[in-house]
Amino acid sequence: MTSTRTHETEIIVDADVPLVRIIREFDAPPEKVYRAHADPELVVQWLGPRDLTMTVDHFDCRSGGSYRYVHTRDGEEYGFNGCFHEVRPGELIVQTFAFEGFPDSVALEKVVFEDAGDGRTRLVATSLVDSFESRDAFVASGMESGIKEGYEKLDELLAG
Amino acid sequence: MTGDALSRVFSALADPTRRDMVARLAVADATVNELAAPYDVSLQAVSKHLRVLEDAGLVSRTRDAQRRPVHLEAEVFDLMTKWIERYRREAEERYRRLDDLLRSMPDDGEPTPPPETGEAR
Repeated sequence: MTSTRTHETEIIVDADVPLVRIIREFDAPPEKVYRAHADPELVVQWLGPRDLTMTVDHFDCRSGGSYRYVHTRDGEEYGFNGCFHEVRPGELIVQTFAFEGFPDSVALEKVVFEDAGDGRTRLVATSLVDSFESRDAFVASGMESGIKEGYEKLDELLAG
Repeated sequence: MTGDALSRVFSALADPTRRDMVARLAVADATVNELAAPYDVSLQAVSKHLRVLEDAGLVSRTRDAQRRPVHLEAEVFDLMTKWIERYRREAEERYRRLDDLLRSMPDDGEPTPPPETGEAR
């Protein structure tokens, strides 16, 4: 396992299985954090990067449901879709995730909303792909969307 | 660095002994004997660990010097750390937006209705 922990978010890049795990605590109970993941009107408010417009095609967060959303930047569209395999409100979401540019590469994602006590939630989000190559490309894809934008938003948050 | 090379670095660092060796080499170059000293393993085992680290491009050994000290290729190590850190920072940034959203959401007096309708709310 290789992990870094500087602030709140912890990333675990597993060495034996091609997965990435993100661990983060929230100052809100599991039910509420779950709702922000399950209600598309709330999801669009936090999931997409700033320089992309996120449009939800459909988002049916229940066991057996599916979703599709599109990120748009400078007229370029990036579609993502998947199926919700198991949804237990306030507890967990198991879903698939695919970028429509590489429809054969499907990630299996599991988001667990753990009760951390005191009205807090420990979120454990795991993405499993079918090869280390895909996993590493997945991690490296963060390179493109840029660090600058992240700092800008952070500055604004800190100023606000 | 290609995805494949990154994989080799990840797996090279998966082993606790190799991680420890890298941590010590980050302080100073060392010979194989010096590296092996704290561990209860054979020199061959240590050499094997070193080969894995060398294949991943994490360490190098000087060819000409008689001691052939092992040297940490800090750039490779830093690059991998940077990739993960950037990914982490992106997640952190996303979750800060979620923090803000959670603060603005009403408290959970009412439970979320079970999403049985198939309609997005």
